[in-house]
Amino acid sequence: MRRTVNVFAPALAALALLAASLSAPAPALAKTEIHFWHAMGGQLGETVSELVRQFNQSQGEYEVKALNKGTYPEVLTAAIAAYRQKNPPHIVQFFDVGTQTMLSSGAIYPVFQLMKEHEIAVNWGDFIKPVTGYYSKDGNLYSMPFNSSSPILYYNKDAFKKAGLDPSKPPATWKQVGEFSKKIIAAGGAKCGFTTSWPSWTMLENTFPWHDQPFATNENGYKGLDTKLLINGEFGVKHIGQLAAWQKEGVYSYGGRMGQPDPKFINGDCAMLVQSSAVIGGFKKSIKFDWSTGQLPHWGAPYKKQNAVVGGGTLWVMKGQKAADYKGVAQFLKFISDPHQQMWWSVTTGYVPITQTAIKNLEAGYHFKKNPEQWTALSQLSGTPTANSRGHRLGNMAQIRDAIEPELENIFAGKKTAKEGLDAAVAKGNDILKEFAAANKP
Amino acid sequence: MKRSVFKNRGLPYLLVLPQVVVTLVFFFWPAFESLRLSFFRSSAFGDKVVFIGLENFQKLLVSSDYYQSVVNSFIFAFGVTALGVGAGLFVAALATQRVRGLVAYRTAVLWPYGIAPPIAGIIFLFIFHPSYGVLPYWLSFVTAYEFNWLLQGWVAMALVIIATAWTLVGYNIAFFLAGLLAIPTSVIEAASVDGAGAIRRFRLIVFPLLAPITFYLVVVNLIFSFFGSFGMIHAVTQGGPGGATEIMVFKLYKDGFIGLNLGSSAAQSVILMLVVIGLTALQFRFVEKRITY
Amino acid sequence: MSGDGVLAAPARTVAVPAALETRRTPFSWTGLVVHLLLLACVALIAFPLYYAFIISTQTVDQVIARPPVLRPAGHAVQNYVDAWTRAHMGRLLWNSAIVAIVSAVGKIVISMLSAFAIVYFNFRGRALCFWLIFVTLMLPVEVRIMSTYEVIGNLGWLDSYAGLTVPLMASATATFLFRQFYLTIPNEMVEAAQLDGAGPMRFLWSFLMPLSWANIAALFVVLFIFGWNQYLWPLMITNTEAMRVVVIGLQDLIPRTGTHIPEWNIMMAAAMIALLPPVAVILFMQRWFVKGLVETEK
Repeated sequence: MRRTVNVFAPALAALALLAASLSAPAPALAKTEIHFWHAMGGQLGETVSELVRQFNQSQGEYEVKALNKGTYPEVLTAAIAAYRQKNPPHIVQFFDVGTQTMLSSGAIYPVFQLMKEHEIAVNWGDFIKPVTGYYSKDGNLYSMPFNSSSPILYYNKDAFKKAGLDPSKPPATWKQVGEFSKKIIAAGGAKCGFTTSWPSWTMLENTFPWHDQPFATNENGYKGLDTKLLINGEFGVKHIGQLAAWQKEGVYSYGGRMGQPDPKFINGDCAMLVQSSAVIGGFKKSIKFDWSTGQLPHWGAPYKKQNAVVGGGTLWVMKGQKAADYKGVAQFLKFISDPHQQMWWSVTTGYVPITQTAIKNLEAGYHFKKNPEQWTALSQLSGTPTANSRGHRLGNMAQIRDAIEPELENIFAGKKTAKEGLDAAVAKGNDILKEFAAANKP
Repeated sequence: MKRSVFKNRGLPYLLVLPQVVVTLVFFFWPAFESLRLSFFRSSAFGDKVVFIGLENFQKLLVSSDYYQSVVNSFIFAFGVTALGVGAGLFVAALATQRVRGLVAYRTAVLWPYGIAPPIAGIIFLFIFHPSYGVLPYWLSFVTAYEFNWLLQGWVAMALVIIATAWTLVGYNIAFFLAGLLAIPTSVIEAASVDGAGAIRRFRLIVFPLLAPITFYLVVVNLIFSFFGSFGMIHAVTQGGPGGATEIMVFKLYKDGFIGLNLGSSAAQSVILMLVVIGLTALQFRFVEKRITY
Repeated sequence: MSGDGVLAAPARTVAVPAALETRRTPFSWTGLVVHLLLLACVALIAFPLYYAFIISTQTVDQVIARPPVLRPAGHAVQNYVDAWTRAHMGRLLWNSAIVAIVSAVGKIVISMLSAFAIVYFNFRGRALCFWLIFVTLMLPVEVRIMSTYEVIGNLGWLDSYAGLTVPLMASATATFLFRQFYLTIPNEMVEAAQLDGAGPMRFLWSFLMPLSWANIAALFVVLFIFGWNQYLWPLMITNTEAMRVVVIGLQDLIPRTGTHIPEWNIMMAAAMIALLPPVAVILFMQRWFVKGLVETEK
């Protein structure tokens, strides 16, 4: 009868469950979740997921959950909103130029402190100097560098051959860039000589340190918040002025912001491209012609050849989490900075390895011999930075870039001279810096 | 007019409750917040908030970038409206010249209304593309001028204006068609008997009779291009080149969301609110003759 | 179109004369010219979409070929499959559909209820409610984005369907449309219903709603399209792939920061997929759209 079945059914179920649980392996304790928000989409995003997976498998206490939250600004806005709701992620990836914004926020847990308080030994001295220079304050790393790149010159070997140029010798000076370009165009190897992606980052933010020129006062903002831009000085006007002149001649062809100009190089329209070393991986898959890389061109004397500054992103740890979680965060950050992971990450993505040990190991494995393009970026990041080439500590740098790049566009379109455009950019940039200083009075 | 009503006491409150709640929570509260925030300077993380009175507004009023965005917004709005309404009137006038297949023609031009502006923008982005687009290719046979919307502000502006007008022209045509068809044929026939040619008839009789509809469409097109076109700009030009297509709505978003300058963004919101109020008041004053309740 | 893509058309538009559909005229040269001009206009308007379709059927090499190829090629299936999988179209379309349908239905329902209350009841605060709703016409989402974003954040509705649909649901113009319509219902109907013993809700359900189908259908078309084509709002409050709507998700495919040859063919295929539902809605419901909005007085 119904009644009896109703009584027996739950009893049976309970027995079954008991039996099952006795025969099953002991259930794992719930892992502590660590939330990691990043801006790596597509192929890169998958690599991040793989890295995270490796960490999760290497230990059983913590589980890192990586989430692509959009572009860098979108990730930050989401993190800020979450922070204000008192529910931030543990780790946030933000781009290089956002460093000052993060440092002034009061919402971050400095990485060196994190490691010290959890007694995790990190060989801070092993990190390459341009990286520590960029992300450190008072000699301590505040964020964990993650995906670092630097702008290099890509060139079309086939076009070089067509023009009778030695395909193994990329132009080292800007003068050579001009000469080579003209030869290539004359020989029909390409329609334009070169183009530049991320115009502000490559042609200003990196070109200045590369020539040991100050980008802004206060040692590029390291020494205080009352900073002013210096890009409209003699060097800036000279460099941008030359680009504008070349634009008129067809030697240089402005192609837009961010990575918009890339197709001009990939489809052979332009013989050379200045772009981040981060795109090496993508280019390897998609470019059909013979190509290689060279260092960012240099003006030569009287300017010193210093170093480029790292681009890309870094990982910040946010305050406001349960104390116990931070141990996992520390372990994860240690994991990704270990030489083995460094090497794997660098080889897979094209971002530069940022510890000396990793670099040495890669060298020993002839990695750079087999992949000379990956050495190019590193070679620009060696040595000890000067006050001009440590990096940039400018608040609201994204906004500043947004003020500079339209002026560059005005210059290249011939609407303003280099001096006029750069002056306008500096005026706007200084305003933004003032605004930032006022909003972030300590 | 005395209306018949129902006598329930509590029911009406229940009925309006959903709309009132959503309105208060998602319209009024944020609007007041915008107003409030516009008087402060906030740090990105919102931890340092300083009262600065009207400083955000003052900064905007002396900012050449802001004026640029205002000018751009007007150019864009009037460009779209002129093109959309003008083309709409032209096509509708043609279609009502006593031809068959009116509904077919209307169907054939109405559908772009369903296309999201960003998508329309992307299609036109490709058509205008300096390297791959079909338009510069064809134009290269006519002139040696290089149409590069990445460098020339006016080309970029033309691109977004054309793309936006394209999505709106069908809507305009539908309204004009209805308006034109409502004009009694007797009036038109009387005029032609009097010897007035088609153009004259149009100018003196048809167009004045179309005035209410024309006005309505102008306001709708203006409001849309002022506010509804954010998607197009964000997807296609991001306000470039050189800020040539940076309209007010886009600058508001950029300053607030990317520049993390909440105070300035809020101030810009307030100014935009005033613009909408003006435009809407205009619309209701002249178009909706009576608002009684 | 402030608020939600609809502005009530001027009260005095148009009843389309019945003779519209069936005019027959003898052949004339002017007629021919007019037809040709019209066809030219239609062709001009249709060209961008035609071109997008062509590109969506080509291979990348054909796309960048000079002179441009203007005939459809045979690569369509591959492109559409690629676009579908790479942009996770299934999810995107689903999200867009939810936003469009839920916000449209939601708006219609609550606007109808509000309009009904305002017209058919005398209650304290009626005028206040009316003006409250009226004022929202002046607050399109673009002027309140940052603070609305905060509110949504406070509610915990970021990256959620609730956040995507609820803020879109208050619609002054839909309320006005219904109100306008209800005002034309003769008093006799109301009195008859009351005599019959019908309560207000019964009246609404059995009398008013059937009468307002044209309005409802027209509104649905406009609101669906408005909801489907929402851009700024979903852009701001969703940033995980799982919650993106289709017009935003397309962004991932735009050859913008490309490290590969821009794949415009995939991009166009994705665009075609994305614009199909709203365009289909317009095409199939065109009649309602025109009837309910363009010709408001019957």
